[in-house]
Amino acid sequence: MVSLNGNVLFSEVPITIGAEDFSTFIKNAYKFLQTDYSKFFKMDNLSKLAFLAADVLLKKENLNEEENNIALIFSNKASSLDTDRKHQAAIENDAEYFPSPAVFVYTLPNICLGEISIKHRLYSENSFFIFARFNAEHLQLYANSLLRSGKAEKVLCGWVDLDENSYDAFLYLVEKQGEIEHKTEEITRLYNIL
Amino acid sequence: MSELKEELKGKIIEQLNLEDVSVADIADDDALFGDGLGLDSIDALELIVMLDKDYGIRLSDPKEGKKIFESVQVMADYIQEHRTK
Repeated sequence: MVSLNGNVLFSEVPITIGAEDFSTFIKNAYKFLQTDYSKFFKMDNLSKLAFLAADVLLKKENLNEEENNIALIFSNKASSLDTDRKHQAAIENDAEYFPSPAVFVYTLPNICLGEISIKHRLYSENSFFIFARFNAEHLQLYANSLLRSGKAEKVLCGWVDLDENSYDAFLYLVEKQGEIEHKTEEITRLYNIL
Repeated sequence: MSELKEELKGKIIEQLNLEDVSVADIADDDALFGDGLGLDSIDALELIVMLDKDYGIRLSDPKEGKKIFESVQVMADYIQEHRTK
């Protein structure tokens, strides 16, 4: 399911339990949401998830076509493990040692931030953190610091976690003036209800 | 040769994740880079690995790829002449 501000934008009912794997979901969501980006299907799964989630939010923002000062603070638990395993499988046998360059370039979780920054022209600070659990405290502190110091006009924050067919993305955009106060309890509440 | 070209088109589509592109969409002389299929530098590296893995061809100079990967026709000609498997 893909939702924006609580409104469901895309939902797919699996034919049988477990039938909806990530590849099917993300491809159908990409097409349904009319995302148009030629490099999308070359990305690894974590980047596809992060890219699509960010695109849903950012395409409503009427961004500048030249440059945008929106910082990115992302986090997850599985890092880039899903892609790391694919790379490992390609190099573990000396007799069949054929690492794929296209897989290797995604063996860091923060690569997805680059994909988002290229698409939306974000020339701004970005960080990707690995935590054992969703960490609202960290997102709140870091984002507020960037806004307070003037290093960013807006901050796109959240959690983008993926490991095989288990995936979860929760992103929000914060700025100095807004409708919902940017505090830990509220971030946690929103994460838990979505 | 015709079989090899069809095989190459299938491998290019699959290994380079060319969504919504079919074998029939790629003409033998279509440019693979630039205005043609629009492949990029990472794709070029993937093609170098594919030559090694599937046809036993190792390029000692990556610059060679620029000529070899001009089109499916040029690739097939090169593979036919140099393949070791």
